[in-house]
Amino acid sequence: MSADTSPKNLDANPPVDGSELIRFDKVTKRFGSNVVLDELDFSVASGKHVTLIGPSGSGKTTILRLLMTLTSPDSGSIKVNGDYLTHEQRNGKLVPAGDKHIREVRKNIGMVFQQFNLFPNMKVLRNITEAPVTVLGLSKDEAEERARELLDMVGLGDRCDAYPTQLSGGQQQRVAIARALAMRPQVLLLDEVTSALDPELVAGVLDVLRDIARTTDITMLCVTHEMNFARDISDRVLMFDAGRVIESGSPDKMFTEPEHERTREFLSAVL
Amino acid sequence: MNWDWSAVGDFLPRFWDGVLTTLEAVALGSVISFAVGLVWAFAYRAPTRLVRWPVGVVTEFIRNTPLLVQLFFFYYVLPEWGIEFSALTTGILAIGVHYSTYTMQVYRAGIEAVPPGQWEAATALSLPTRRTWTAVILPQAIRRVVPALGNYVISMLKDTPMFIGIGVLEMLGQARLQGADTFRYVEPLTVVGVAFIVIAYPASLLVRALERRLVR
Ligand SMILES: Nc1ncnc2c1ncn2[C@@H]1O[C@H](COP(=O)(O)OP(=O)(O)O)[C@@H](O)[C@H]1O
Ligand SMILES: [Mg+2]
Repeated sequence: MSADTSPKNLDANPPVDGSELIRFDKVTKRFGSNVVLDELDFSVASGKHVTLIGPSGSGKTTILRLLMTLTSPDSGSIKVNGDYLTHEQRNGKLVPAGDKHIREVRKNIGMVFQQFNLFPNMKVLRNITEAPVTVLGLSKDEAEERARELLDMVGLGDRCDAYPTQLSGGQQQRVAIARALAMRPQVLLLDEVTSALDPELVAGVLDVLRDIARTTDITMLCVTHEMNFARDISDRVLMFDAGRVIESGSPDKMFTEPEHERTREFLSAVL
Repeated sequence: MNWDWSAVGDFLPRFWDGVLTTLEAVALGSVISFAVGLVWAFAYRAPTRLVRWPVGVVTEFIRNTPLLVQLFFFYYVLPEWGIEFSALTTGILAIGVHYSTYTMQVYRAGIEAVPPGQWEAATALSLPTRRTWTAVILPQAIRRVVPALGNYVISMLKDTPMFIGIGVLEMLGQARLQGADTFRYVEPLTVVGVAFIVIAYPASLLVRALERRLVR
């Protein structure tokens, strides 16, 4: 099946059991004349943890932003859970997706950002309950109960009434993780979530993510420079360079015997 | 020219009338400028140039012509179109609209100062656009704009003497009237000058305190 796709891209994660959750099909994204993604094909199977590695500027963030509909592709298509994120069926024809359609498909996706992006005008608890109440229609009580459980899980059960600015970066990021999980997404997108943290706070956040990876069946698509973490949680690792997947495989293979020269260079630079 | 305390006493009844009129003008003018400015700010964000362009032209025009010209325009021209108000109401409308073109800029800056990450987080949580505005963007923007709006209120206070041009008896108008009646200008004008300081200075301290508290 990879024979008819662009030879420039490997089909990085051929679905084994047909339960594929994310599929990029010949996705091209340009900023002006800068071709950031070049007919990118890849897929992620449901429940898997996939890590994207690669040099800065290789398009990793762009992939997550495309999935989160923070930006849209110039060509190609993206499917989440079998539904097009970029298009919708109308009268039997495939047309560019409207707002309402995008909103529905997007509900399956949660994202944690490098800069946390908590709402500074809301207390911690309300940061987490805001979307479940207004988007999912949970009652305030239900949402708060669930928020408290999530805060316990990330080790911040006692900080419900704090404002984000009163927390350390590591604590803010753990709240942001709880906030994303409160929407019960099928996929969690993590974009260098520890890059903005002081070194001593990184471990706490990674432990929370390891926990989530181990105890939930949520699909994770993760960009990180924490190679030990990537090795621990990943089912697959994709190496990016210049907007293409140049190599992919199990963490063992990727970190111990990478085939591609660029992968070796990259890993020796970051490890 | 010697100072006569009894002339001060004689002026006080008119003075208090003038104070009330000035404060009424500032209070209502502020409310109008806050509300209309918000309308301009949103209209200027409209997706179509058919809205943005006229809003830009009109507000630039109002901002860059003198307030006194606008006062005269409202006072002399509107009645010709069958729209008639009292002099005070006319003044309040004119100063409110004039200052709305400044508050518009304040709101725009406040909205743009909310980091893009806030919009992105709201999108990632699927918050509807309206909810994003009311629960996330505006509460953060308002914190940032309160001090700047406060400064414009103070500036508006100092512009109210222009109402004299359309015959409104605010503080300065009362002082001039008193002078004309008694042939003593020093005391009424001094009282009015002091009154402006007594109102404006604490107000500016308040704005500075708000600035320290709200803008972080
Ligand atoms: N909003 C944007 N406007 C213009 N260029 C952008 C924008 N976002 C990303 N880029 C460019 O796209 C390329 C890939 O960026 P990104 O996806 O952030 O890479 P990575 O996350 O792998 O470091 C970079 O060359 C970057 O300069
Ligand atoms: Mg990046």
